[in-house]
Amino acid sequence: MLTAAAILTDGLVYAAYLFIVAIGLTLIFGVMKILNVTHGSFYAFGAYGAATAVGLYANGDWPPVLGFLTMIALAMAIGLVMGLILERGLLRLVYGKDEVVIVLVTYATFLILEDVIVLIWGPQSYAAYQPMVAAGSVQIGELILSNYDILLVAIAIFLAVLAYWSLKYTRYGRLLTTVIYDRETAAAFGINVTLVYTVTFVIGAMLGALGGAVMAPKIAVTLGIGVEVIVLAFAVVAIGGMGSIEGALIGALIVGVCRAAAVHLVPQLELFVIYGVMALVLVVRPYGLFVRAQPRKI
Amino acid sequence: MPHHHVRIPFALAALAAFAVTPATAQQPAAPAAPIKLGIVSFLTGPAASPFGIPGRNGAEIVIESLNAGKGPPPFDKVGFGGTKVEAKYVDEAGTVANVVTEFRNLVQRDQVDAVIGYISSGSCLAVTPVAEELKALTVFYDCGTPRIFEEKPRSYVFRVSPHATMDGVGAARYLVAKKKDLTSFSGINQNYAWGQDSWRDFLGAMKVLAPKATPDKVLFPKLFAGEYGAEISTLLTSKSQAVHTSFWDGDLESFIYQQSARGLDKRMTIVATTGEAAIWRMRDKMPDGTIIGARGANGPLARENAYQKWFHDIYTDRYNTPPTYPAYQMAQSILGVKIAYEKAAAGGGKPTTDQVAAAFKGIEFEGPAGRVKMALGDGHQGITETAYGTYRFNKQTKQPEVIDIIRFPAECVNPPPGIDADKWIADGMKGAKC
Repeated sequence: MLTAAAILTDGLVYAAYLFIVAIGLTLIFGVMKILNVTHGSFYAFGAYGAATAVGLYANGDWPPVLGFLTMIALAMAIGLVMGLILERGLLRLVYGKDEVVIVLVTYATFLILEDVIVLIWGPQSYAAYQPMVAAGSVQIGELILSNYDILLVAIAIFLAVLAYWSLKYTRYGRLLTTVIYDRETAAAFGINVTLVYTVTFVIGAMLGALGGAVMAPKIAVTLGIGVEVIVLAFAVVAIGGMGSIEGALIGALIVGVCRAAAVHLVPQLELFVIYGVMALVLVVRPYGLFVRAQPRKI
Repeated sequence: MPHHHVRIPFALAALAAFAVTPATAQQPAAPAAPIKLGIVSFLTGPAASPFGIPGRNGAEIVIESLNAGKGPPPFDKVGFGGTKVEAKYVDEAGTVANVVTEFRNLVQRDQVDAVIGYISSGSCLAVTPVAEELKALTVFYDCGTPRIFEEKPRSYVFRVSPHATMDGVGAARYLVAKKKDLTSFSGINQNYAWGQDSWRDFLGAMKVLAPKATPDKVLFPKLFAGEYGAEISTLLTSKSQAVHTSFWDGDLESFIYQQSARGLDKRMTIVATTGEAAIWRMRDKMPDGTIIGARGANGPLARENAYQKWFHDIYTDRYNTPPTYPAYQMAQSILGVKIAYEKAAAGGGKPTTDQVAAAFKGIEFEGPAGRVKMALGDGHQGITETAYGTYRFNKQTKQPEVIDIIRFPAECVNPPPGIDADKWIADGMKGAKC
């Protein structure tokens, strides 16, 4: 019973982490059909920005909540600026090119940004643990849970609801959905697809940076953190279906719970389980769980 | 006629010699070409901050001090044997193929006299045959795999720092000495060669030293996993009294932050075999009571002596932080090359690579991390004593401290010459002189 409860809670926390880092990636793919490797850089810059903000707040005499909000705000501001610069300054130049070319462009940008991190923050690690320590922990039975982990789950749920509501019930969400279905038809109906692309990429970048910011208190913010994230996010997005928000949510839940079960029951399979699940899903549904049938264009 | 033919040129030559010699004699002797070292360590990527940069900085400051003739005796001769040393720093990051290419460039294009470096065991294993093929003096400073000198004899490859077996055996000896009632222990190590080997050595040593204590949870999360919630829950639900980890840098710090929030260290003792490299950054976030290793008697585990003081002071003055164990390993490696070079140069002139390699074999010297004996691998692999201690953050001085230090002689934690490390542990660590 204890193990089952631990698997469930650990799975939920890990799924929250996966969903937060994957939502921006899947949004950009859904609208722009770009597999954005630079998403790892958004995550890393968000984490470094958060660590910088936490450093400022730890040296001041601010209440923890204000510190946490500053961290989020700074990271998202970084995401906004980066997203805008990259989309307007670089990606718009390669729209219409082969998908592989665009992936290579985002990969090259990712590598350059890794060095930019060294230029700005140096090679040393940064810590941003203060919000996690301030959050404390709660004991449920024999299980001690970090309140910060519970907050992560809440943030993931909030993002999922916000994304669902925005896409279904807002004007911009409907425009976005139209572009997701068919870019050319959307443009023919007068939708400013260029603007939709810019706004979507910036939102995706901000979500990537948000992922880094909320994870920063749990990890050492160090060189290379973006690499791991992009691989994991890609696995989750592939399971759920490229471009599907609900797919990313379900994909994250499946991977999170399976991984937690593996760690508790068969730890030797921990490394295998994420990619095992991905392979299994792709064998049955090659385009992921939640991708709609595509009409064939003539 | 023949006389004239001989005498005129001779006279001209004599005149020329007369005219030139005094002027030449008044000029100072041309300085000897500097000795070139290739220094290789991670300058970018996740291993840069904990290992690569401290190693590089250690090299920079030691070479600078030696070139100024400011090393403590017997390291007080300028550079190596009076000739200044210059270093070329190369990044170890990238694929193994890239590492080998960069090694070839150092040896063949830059014509370095020796290469000192490498953190990843994968790099060391790949570079070794190339170093032998090119007959290039190569000294590994941090990589831990014992396979380098166990697989076959080497001629040009050396390693002053002890291999990783000492870390696992030392950790087990310390844990058993401090927790005599230990009945169960667990491990969380990264799922790659370093983590797997570290756990294997520790587990093997525990089976010998505490046969009644049983391993419980054996966890191998992937390298740079970052999120350890499930692993911490697994450990929290176990009955272990100690958990062994060879995690380093970001993984170690992430694990420590996450477990602190859930009180794992209140339930079991954490044995962090490379923990020393993180204490100056983590400070009061490293839990008091954590058993700390430094891959030898390095850092706060080093004995105080003239060499340790010299190195600690020049490093701290320059970089505003005390040197951690990779910096010590680099310092020891450079001093080893210096001793070998000067021994080979004792006959006069610049020694050849073969002469330096011959002189290097089996040397013994005292350095910042204690006495090095090149005792294994036919005189190519060093052994030193090791030490473990218990971490405490001193709230008065606001500085990290390692207390309750226990030292283990080199022959207590390293296999005897000619015996493979794995086999030595599996056979009950026979011949250990503690």
